Amino acid sequence: MAERADAVTCWPGRIAAALVAVLVLGTLLAVALRAEAGRGLGPAEWSAIRFTLLQATLSALISAGLAIPVARALARRRFFGRRLLITLLGAPFILPVIVAVMGLIAVFGRSGLVNVVLRWLGWPEVSVYGLHGVVLAHVFFNLPLATRLILQGWQDIPAERFRLAAQLGFGPRDVFRTLERPMLARVLPGAAAVIFAICLSSFAVALTLGGGPKATTVELAIYQAFRFDFDLGRAALLACVQIVLVGMAAVLALRLSGRDSFGAGMDRALRRWDAETRALRIVDTLWIALAALFLVLPIALVLLDGLPGLAQLPLSVWRAAGVSLIVALGSTALMLCLALPICLAAASGRGRLEAVGLLGIAASPLVIGTGLFIVIYPIADPFRLAFPVTAVVNAVMALPFALRIMVPPVRDVVQGYGRLSATLNLRGVPWVRIVLLPRIRGSLGFACGLTAAMSMGDLGVIALFADPETATLPLQMYRLMGAYRIEAAAGAAVLLLALSFGLFWLFDKGGRGHADA
Amino acid sequence: MKYLSIAAGLFAATSAVADTPVLTIYTYDSFVSDWGPGPAVEKAFEETCGCDLKFVGAGDGAALLARVKLEGARTEADIVLGLDTNLTAAARETGLFADHSVTAEYAFPMGWNDAQFVPFDWGVFAFVKNADLDAPTNFRDLGASDLKIVIQDPRSSTPGLGLLMWVKTAYGDEAPAIWEGLADNIVTVTKGWSESYGMFIEGEADMVLSYTTSPAYHLIAEEDASKDAVKFDEGHYMQIEVAGKLANTDQPELADQFLAFMVSDAFQSIIPTTNWMYPAVTPAEGLPKGFETLVVPDKGLLVASDKVQDIREEALAEWLSALTQ
Repeated sequence: MAERADAVTCWPGRIAAALVAVLVLGTLLAVALRAEAGRGLGPAEWSAIRFTLLQATLSALISAGLAIPVARALARRRFFGRRLLITLLGAPFILPVIVAVMGLIAVFGRSGLVNVVLRWLGWPEVSVYGLHGVVLAHVFFNLPLATRLILQGWQDIPAERFRLAAQLGFGPRDVFRTLERPMLARVLPGAAAVIFAICLSSFAVALTLGGGPKATTVELAIYQAFRFDFDLGRAALLACVQIVLVGMAAVLALRLSGRDSFGAGMDRALRRWDAETRALRIVDTLWIALAALFLVLPIALVLLDGLPGLAQLPLSVWRAAGVSLIVALGSTALMLCLALPICLAAASGRGRLEAVGLLGIAASPLVIGTGLFIVIYPIADPFRLAFPVTAVVNAVMALPFALRIMVPPVRDVVQGYGRLSATLNLRGVPWVRIVLLPRIRGSLGFACGLTAAMSMGDLGVIALFADPETATLPLQMYRLMGAYRIEAAAGAAVLLLALSFGLFWLFDKGGRGHADA
Repeated sequence: MKYLSIAAGLFAATSAVADTPVLTIYTYDSFVSDWGPGPAVEKAFEETCGCDLKFVGAGDGAALLARVKLEGARTEADIVLGLDTNLTAAARETGLFADHSVTAEYAFPMGWNDAQFVPFDWGVFAFVKNADLDAPTNFRDLGASDLKIVIQDPRSSTPGLGLLMWVKTAYGDEAPAIWEGLADNIVTVTKGWSESYGMFIEGEADMVLSYTTSPAYHLIAEEDASKDAVKFDEGHYMQIEVAGKLANTDQPELADQFLAFMVSDAFQSIIPTTNWMYPAVTPAEGLPKGFETLVVPDKGLLVASDKVQDIREEALAEWLSALTQ
């Protein structure tokens, strides 16, 4: 048989995926091996599993469902400030959990804006606490991600297709049937699966907005097993449950998503002749305004609340901010080293490798952290390795998002240009540089921005490894709160928000430099 | 290259101080933060010991114990500081801790008799509210009122566990009924103390579970007298925080010296306005101004450390079933 007509090789992707699998499953194994006999899963754990599944499914379906009209509106309209809005919409996703919860409570809480207005109107108040509160918070976190992923899908339809559709006199319905529906079928399952996986490992959000122990998730059960009972066996078992659930979601999503690409275009500027009616314009405007209000308002309140605290920030907080920046950039670089090879391998037919990448969010941070501790402790001082460990774990946690963002465009490039490149004998690194990178610049920038920002805001494993001199910004923020300095902590939150967002904006803008995207 | 030179610098630094003995203390994170007692304690002890005192922060009390269990006999820690009486029995079971010989006049009501652990401060759990709010003074009336409270999850938070034990010791078999009464007053349950205290400050609840000493922070550090704690008729549950010496320490004399220093005035006078708890031994100059305004319970409640385990399991099951109905 002749050599495959591919410009890409798969073995680097296999190695990267193997590294991720070793990190996630290896740490899990380390915890399980260290365990003494525990009591296994009881009714409390099963009810936690049921609640986790319920809230994650609802959150994923609603986030992805709402993201469709918002992304469509953003794809069809060009207006002043559109780029800024798209970037701003990414903000909730990169917020540290505690900050986002405070923002949501400032809007939907007992003394929040919504209830102030309701009281003023003389209407009954609404309570945010309960399953609906959990879902609301998860939609707040994940609607932006879903919107961006789906918007990416719209932008990956070559402008020539819409031009052809317009020439054939297609209305909105025909465009939906021939172009948009196949695109959604390709993008939507993956987006929903990623969100499902994120919500699965939610803990503090679910507990706080769930209003009590009814909202116990698997991650909380792991936490309880680990520190309340020091039952490492049960912690490892629950972590396995989490991985199996995410694994099933990933397999389902990969099976559901269509593989066909729209083919390569000429990178022409997009125009939508089918959407230029007045009614559609109003509908789109409404969706954009609603989404912007829902996502930006809580953040604006966090900013407003924290600005006075900025002046009180002690030097140690600024030093921690520097530490966090370095960790964030390090994990972004690591993420790229893992994501690019996996993307290429996944794009040339090894789709299962992407599922390995998803392991990053399936894993419980507490279990990974503890596992790493058990593995590192006999060889080296974990404190010395706090930063590299945090950077690696953050990179692996961000990998699933990066893959979700980058695999579809990389697949398009491989399908569209692979054969031609192979004929020209353009392969390996020069191929990546000349053919691939310029064409996935937008996705690449978005993925890097997301990784940097997530790493910036993540409290994660550093809490297990930190000594007084090596705190990250989120850790310092928690310490301020723990020392009653609520106002200074709010100031630190603003700094954290500004830095995360700044990093995200820089990368994202760098990626979107060329196209009208 | 840059990292290499940093690494080289670290090695040079370690070898330069190799002659000075190092005493390593594992403690909870907020103890070592810039705003906690850690920096001042380190300075005060190093003035007298001719040693290098190194604090290592690891989450909170429960995470601290998990950490020591994970490291086992090979741990580098000489002392673990920051466990409380809910954890001492489990800590003792590990067999990692050595006996101490410290005696002192402790300020808390029930006295002290523990071979391995030395207390360094204590606190009293209480609901904190705005001073102008007229609040019920026991759990029954609180349950019957329509006041909103925010509490912490006993599975992830020390004060949360304190409240669980408080209700259980005060009401015994009636505890489930008390929790059922409180269910509709609880706005929400948070992962840790910081989240719920933040929610209370933002006006999301009328009262928050915290310590009787919390208003002292607002009074002394912020000159704000608008917060106070409610005195409950059934008495208040207490938390006594302790430190213990590891049996495998390579600095046994230094560790003993630190435990003795810990109950001296130099250490104890740092505690009230950095850890916002009561010092285990009242310093000669007394408590800082402002502490006299705090609520003092008529009765202090505390479960003996060897009974904690059984009561905790039962109380947690009751709590869960009352709040998940």
